[in-house]
Parts: sequence; C-alpha cells; structure tokens
Amino acid sequence: MKLSAYRIATNTLRTTRILSVKTESPTVRTFTFKDRQCANAKPGQFLMLWIPGVDEIPLSILDAKENGIISVAIKKVGEATQALHNKKVGEIIGIRGPFGNSFTLKEGRILMVSGGTGTAPMLFLSKKLASRVTRLISVIGAKTRDELLFMNGMKKTVDKEKTQIIATTEDGSYGIKGLATTPVERLLEKEKFDMIYTCGPEQMMRKVFDLAEKYGVALEASLERLMRCAVGLCGSCVIGGYCVCKEGPVFTAEQLREVKNEFGVSKRDFDGRKIPLE
Amino acid sequence: MRLANPTMLASGILGLSAESLGNIVKGGAGAIVTKSVGLKPRKGYSNPTIVQTSCGLINAVGLPNPGINEFVKEIREAKNFNVPLIVSVYGFSAEEYAKVAKKAVDAGADAVELNVSCPHVRETGSEIGQNPEVLAEVVRKVKASVPKPVLVKLSPNVTDMVEIAEVATEAGADALTAINTVKAIAIDPETAMPILSNKIGGLSGTAIKPIAIRCVYEIYEHVKVPIIGCGGITNWQDAVEFILAGATAIQIGTAIAQKGPSVFKAVTRGINAYLKRKGFKSVNEIVGLSHRN
Repeated sequence: MKLSAYRIATNTLRTTRILSVKTESPTVRTFTFKDRQCANAKPGQFLMLWIPGVDEIPLSILDAKENGIISVAIKKVGEATQALHNKKVGEIIGIRGPFGNSFTLKEGRILMVSGGTGTAPMLFLSKKLASRVTRLISVIGAKTRDELLFMNGMKKTVDKEKTQIIATTEDGSYGIKGLATTPVERLLEKEKFDMIYTCGPEQMMRKVFDLAEKYGVALEASLERLMRCAVGLCGSCVIGGYCVCKEGPVFTAEQLREVKNEFGVSKRDFDGRKIPLE
Repeated sequence: MRLANPTMLASGILGLSAESLGNIVKGGAGAIVTKSVGLKPRKGYSNPTIVQTSCGLINAVGLPNPGINEFVKEIREAKNFNVPLIVSVYGFSAEEYAKVAKKAVDAGADAVELNVSCPHVRETGSEIGQNPEVLAEVVRKVKASVPKPVLVKLSPNVTDMVEIAEVATEAGADALTAINTVKAIAIDPETAMPILSNKIGGLSGTAIKPIAIRCVYEIYEHVKVPIIGCGGITNWQDAVEFILAGATAIQIGTAIAQKGPSVFKAVTRGINAYLKRKGFKSVNEIVGLSHRN
C-alpha cells in the first residue's frame, strides 16, 4: 500500500459540470463529471466534492476513466447529499483530490464484503482485479431488495465462471435474509482466500475483520471519518495515530489491530470528542 | 522551559488527539503545541474549511475543540511523550482564557500559548490580540492564574505589531509566537462565490514566510523575551532565517502535509549542520545575528 503524496495540483479546487445523473436505488444516485486530476485515481481513493454554498463532502470514487470521466455514488443521508441529489446535468460542482491510499491489487482467491454505498469502491476494485483473480466472491448487503447496489456491474466485471455474487437483505426481500456478514463465516470455513476486501458500515467491517482474524485471512478495509482538510493537517479524521485521509482510507488487518478500541466502536465528532458509532 | 531542539509543532495542526501529537514527537519535534482549546466544546465551521492556493493554504476551520474539561484527558496522555507540552488556549473573555489556562496547567501542561490571533472567529482570537487594552488584561489574568510560562501568539493582521508585542510583554508574556495566519480569501470564478464557508480565513505556508520573518525582525528590536518564529517554514534554511531575524525557536505546521512529521528531524539536522559549518556552538549564538550587520 502506497502512502499518498501531497500535491498542490491535487488539492486545488477545480470546478466542473455534472455530465450525467443515474438513479441506482430509491436513495442512491450516480453522478459523473470530467476531472483530469482524478483520471488516474485508484480503487479506495476518495475525493472532496464541493456543493457550492452548501458543504464539501468526502466521497469514495466509483470509477475513473483515462479520459477523465469520474463517477461517484451518492446516498441521500443529510443536507449536503440532498442538495446534491437535487442537482441536474450541467450544474457546477467543485472537486479536490484524489486523496488517500488505495487497495492492494492481490491475485488469486478474493472475497469482497460490502454494504450500502460501500459497494462502489468494490466495483471499481473488481474491474482492476479482473485479470488477476482466479475466484471472486462478492457479498453485497442492503436493507431491502431495491437498495442492493451494483449487482449487475459486479457480475459483468470478472469472468462468469470465476465469479459468485451473494446478496443479503435485512428484510429478506432478496437473497439471504440478514446482514452482509451472515454468509461470511460459512464461506471462510469452506474456502481459502488470499484476501478479503471490505467497505461499508463500520460495525459490519469490524465483524468481517474479527472473522478474518479468526480464520487467519489477510484483510483490507476502507474506513470513513469526518473529513475537513483531506491532507493530514486538521486531525478531524484521526483513528488511533492515523489520519484516515492520508494514511487511509484503506487499512490492513495489521493496522486495524492497533486501533481495535476505536475500529467499529467510536469516531470523533465535529468538536473532536470521541462518540460511539451509530 | 528547555527544548531538546528548537523545532515545535505549530498550533492547529493535528493537535486534538494525544496519539497524533505522539507521531509529531516521533518525527522529532522539540515541543508540541495543541490545537486551541476553549471553555466549551465547539463544532467549528461547515466545509469547505480549507482552500489550497499556489503558495499556501487558507483555512477557516472555526476552532473546533471538545472543551477543556474533556481535553484534559488528552493533556494527561500527551504528558508522557517527554517533550514540553504547550496547550493553546482561547476564550471569549479574559476570565475564560484564565480558567482554561489554569485547567490545562493543572492537568499537566508545561506552558500555555494564548491564541489572541485566530483571524476567523468573532469575539476571540485576533479580536482580542488587536486591542491593546483587552490583550493586556487577558495576559495579566492568565499570568495571575498559572505558575507556568505564558506564550502569546501574535496576529500579523494589525497596523503596528511592535506595539502589540510590547503590550503583551509588559503585561507579563514570557515569550511571543510570531505569527498566526494572515487574513485571506479565495473566490471561485465559475460560481463567483467565496470558497470557504466562512468566506474569510487565514493564509499559512510559504506565502507568508517573508512577512513572518519581517515581524520577528521588527519585534526582536523592541522586546527582551524569547520569540518563537512561525509561518511557512518547510526546511532548515527557512528556520535559520527566522533565527537570524531574532527567533529562539521555530514552529512548523503546514509543511507537515507535504513532508510528514519527520520534517522536524530534517530541520533540526539542517540547523545543526549549519551551526557546525559556521563554527557556532549553539542556536543561542545566532539568535538575532542579522541585526548586527
């Protein structure tokens, strides 16, 4: 995993127009825009998106094409994301980034576990892994059937014979009833994996981490924290001694062991106080 | 207060968690200064809180902090790093400054640095440091309530910095830190909007280095207390320049984004090599040396 280097050009705000808006689910929309700085972004990296006059929010990159067409998936969760959902093609947004490190590209047998919009970087990652994997199992979780994201995209990226998609829904409306973690232990009992990648709600990732530790499988998890500067200065996103924006957002199991007291347990609020994760 | 080397962490950078401060100590800082703490918790401003310019960063984070009662936990933990721990303090009145400073010292702070120079929060910071009478009252009240050194961090956003420096020292400041960020703004041409949510912020980084060195140079000729130079230092040459202007120690902040915490070790090594090459035995021998010529 490479530590991100700070470049002034990367951190300079660029304004750009929304090129397309696609509804992925009742709460999630994918926005595309053109940005040359993000053209070489890697899976796991994030960008800061400015909604003029409203807010600036960190977003995981869903896709970055060489021609500079960038996609992000945005779930409506608050004022900023609501304002963004109201935006139409042609409206102006601002971009800083890409920031942070990225997932290691492993070969062999891969297990992905994701929940909600955490599936976005997993889809991006699976595209980069396509030529390397011998087997890919992707567990995708959501509350309900219509909130399951990127199932079709994931099916298409890697060879059909090598890929298995397992969907879980909390209400049982599709796939396995339960959380994304529900099928994971059974999979780890049955098969050997070279790497587990996970992204989604932190308590979910914590469970996946605990299982990975139990079965001795390597793991990388992408964490989310409150972000302000995105370049490792303000300290808003610290977990243990790490800045999630700079030393993360992707952490190895080894690093997560160091921050066990916080990972899946607490985060820092706007005023810097440690508060329990929702 | 003795430092193992003349480099210190500048306030506002990574200074809300003891573990982050620990990384700065590992990077070689001779002392650490926390992010500014007040009496009550503050959430700060909404994003964007920083803007990159070609020559530095503009920030208006808005003094987010958990309040001194919560922050004492981090102070107690950061005490274990074996370098002087300086707690940066702000308040909305002289009494508040004094209360927070006392709680910080009671929890183990080796010194306090009074933030009378933050350019982007109303009724504190530079609004205190720009008013000689109010500033004097704040310094006196803090001095009367803590038995530890009191540093005063000065704002460059004043007509006459020397006057303010003299007021601070006459009121009892044990040292001065110069300078805090310079008031600045960035406007996006496409939307015709100021980018920061607070519109105006403070500029840090290489852009303000020559301004900061001029401030240190001017103050040095008028005050006897040690000056801590701060503003745009990224390498040993910058640090030496500040020392030659009159600084006894220096603080580094923005450069950590590019160079990481080991910037402190690199700058210290560079200063020591310079001293050796020039035949000096200690930093003290070159403090203010440029004034003799």
